[in-house]
Amino acid sequence: MNENEPTDFARQYWHANLKLIALCLFIWAFVSFGCGILLVEFLNQFKLGGYPLGFWFAQQGSIYSFILLIFYYSFQIHRLERQFGVEEE
Amino acid sequence: MDLQTLTYITVGASFLLYFAIAIASRVSSTSEFYVAGKHIHPVVNGMATAADWMSAASFISMAGLIAFLGYEGGMYLMGWTGGYVLLAMLLAPYLRKFGKFTVPDFIGDRYGSTFARVVAVICLIFISFTYVAGQMRGVGIVFSRFLEVPIDTGLIIGMFVVFVYAVLGGMKGITYTQVAQYCILVFAYTVPAAFLALQFTGNPLPQIALGSHMLDGSGYLLQTLNQVLLDLGFTSYTDPFNDKSMIDVLAITVALMVGTAGLPHVIVRFFTVPKVRDARRSAGWALVFIALLYTTAPAVGALARMNLVNTVNGSGFGTAYQNMPNWFATWENSGLLAWFDHNRDGKVQYAAGNATDGKPQFDGDNRGRHGERVVLNPGKGEISTGALFANEIYVDRDIMVLANPEIANLPDWVIALIAAGGIAAALSTAAGLLLVISSSISHDLLKKTFVPSISEKQELLSGRLAAAAAICVAGYLGMHPPAFVAQVVAFAFGLAASSLFPAIFLGIFSKRINHYGAIAGMLTGLVFTLTYIVYFKGVFIEPVAENIPANWLFGISPEGIGSIGMLLNFLVALLISRFTPAPAEHIQQMVENIRVPKLGIK
Repeated sequence: MNENEPTDFARQYWHANLKLIALCLFIWAFVSFGCGILLVEFLNQFKLGGYPLGFWFAQQGSIYSFILLIFYYSFQIHRLERQFGVEEE
Repeated sequence: MDLQTLTYITVGASFLLYFAIAIASRVSSTSEFYVAGKHIHPVVNGMATAADWMSAASFISMAGLIAFLGYEGGMYLMGWTGGYVLLAMLLAPYLRKFGKFTVPDFIGDRYGSTFARVVAVICLIFISFTYVAGQMRGVGIVFSRFLEVPIDTGLIIGMFVVFVYAVLGGMKGITYTQVAQYCILVFAYTVPAAFLALQFTGNPLPQIALGSHMLDGSGYLLQTLNQVLLDLGFTSYTDPFNDKSMIDVLAITVALMVGTAGLPHVIVRFFTVPKVRDARRSAGWALVFIALLYTTAPAVGALARMNLVNTVNGSGFGTAYQNMPNWFATWENSGLLAWFDHNRDGKVQYAAGNATDGKPQFDGDNRGRHGERVVLNPGKGEISTGALFANEIYVDRDIMVLANPEIANLPDWVIALIAAGGIAAALSTAAGLLLVISSSISHDLLKKTFVPSISEKQELLSGRLAAAAAICVAGYLGMHPPAFVAQVVAFAFGLAASSLFPAIFLGIFSKRINHYGAIAGMLTGLVFTLTYIVYFKGVFIEPVAENIPANWLFGISPEGIGSIGMLLNFLVALLISRFTPAPAEHIQQMVENIRVPKLGIK
């Protein structure tokens, strides 16, 4: 193996990371651009208490989702680090 | 004790606190000055990031924007929070692993090019100065309104305070001061919001109150607000796309999100935590602290609008000028509120339409029949479809948050708190910006480019001098706002989105991207975005075309054009890199290295 190539573990870790990021960013785009903007008129037919649902996503829901996403990502990526032995000391 | 004394005491006490922190966290090394020695706990850093991020615009202007835009206000809420997801996943952990001091540091090292570093410094300085001028202005406005000193005096006091803790304490001093400032500003924002929410809905939690029933039995708050606004000739509050088109809302949201992730003073905060893992968690905590204010703002916006309608129109046909509460005259004196009696009934009325022709121009301090300030440029006084009367008041959006406690008759200490909070929001952001400006000068321009021979002591001294000089320039800009300051605010985000973000992102996620591609990409994004904004808004020159949707490219306003600039940057960078040689071996290794948290792995 070429000594400049990354170790297999590092490479597998990176691929797993890219997949995880893709999943998280899909949800990120779905709640904000999807529910908050593109689908807002459709979702406004439904109500969450006094909130029209699309309006709620644009002004409240997307922000809560972002927070959950970051902590979910942090938790999952840390698991991957341990799994592939690339955790920092 | 009267309101003014109380405000002086509150604001004075907050300044003393900042000074005490500055003295306790003096620094002696460049690492401490630039990145607080990388010892900041992730939760503490999250709090500091939140204060760093939430500027005078977030604190003073955002709820007002939402109040008047309704649904479309969501683009600011999503745009200014969504960027943290990008930061946590795409930038912060890798830049922390890279482990140097500044954003141009990364660009210079990753692309092995001094020219790329200098281009990054230019982008950074332009973005940061645009921003900081607005903050200084914010400090001046709060001072002049609440402490009744001239705007310039307020500004000089603000400059002095920032000077003390930024020059003395560098990043370390700024971090701990920002933590204090966060506590003050979030408290000042949420307390009046809770009072208002309680008054209208009986529920003190603004996030819940906005979706609740009104106490007066008129149904859900948002439903009532929609009806009230429609009856006055406005468009519905919750219905989408009556102020801006879908494509424009989308483009602006993208530009704000990506712009947030590309702002140097935000990115550099993640250089201060001890570990890669902390950088991610810290972004999460930052967003939690930001969300406390950002999820409250929509309720403040809606309640403020309702409050304004109720107070002005009273039982439906307006309130006699003499019977308006005190705050009306106070804000009229500041020029941010104006009344012109279109139907000559002596009553103040609020409805859709323009009461004045643009910003109100007053006839000096001359008073009219009822004691109001004489307005020289009344609008046509037409009655909008659906309304019963013409609009007679001009309301500057910026007063919604500051005037709210007075409009809602809240106790004096709440009003004093708002003043301290507004100043804290402006100062914390200004300090963060000044620090990235000074470190890019002392570190990137001096140490890394023009005078590599200077010692650490000299570099630290030049960092301090640069910070002091930057404060003076910022103060000057705040005092003599060039006519274009308000117009260039959209620049900061568009510019960060279209220049810095793609260069950093590609530098981490592609090993193939080289300095030809990165530099061409940054310049393309920068020039395209700048040209588009100048074309419609005219900075230094007259606008070339009228700033209306019919003239826009794909219907995207200058505010949102950064998203297209970003796409162009990506496209150019990838294409050019494809046809030019791959980066050197050691650079590819560096990219491998920053991708994994473990030290020394290849």
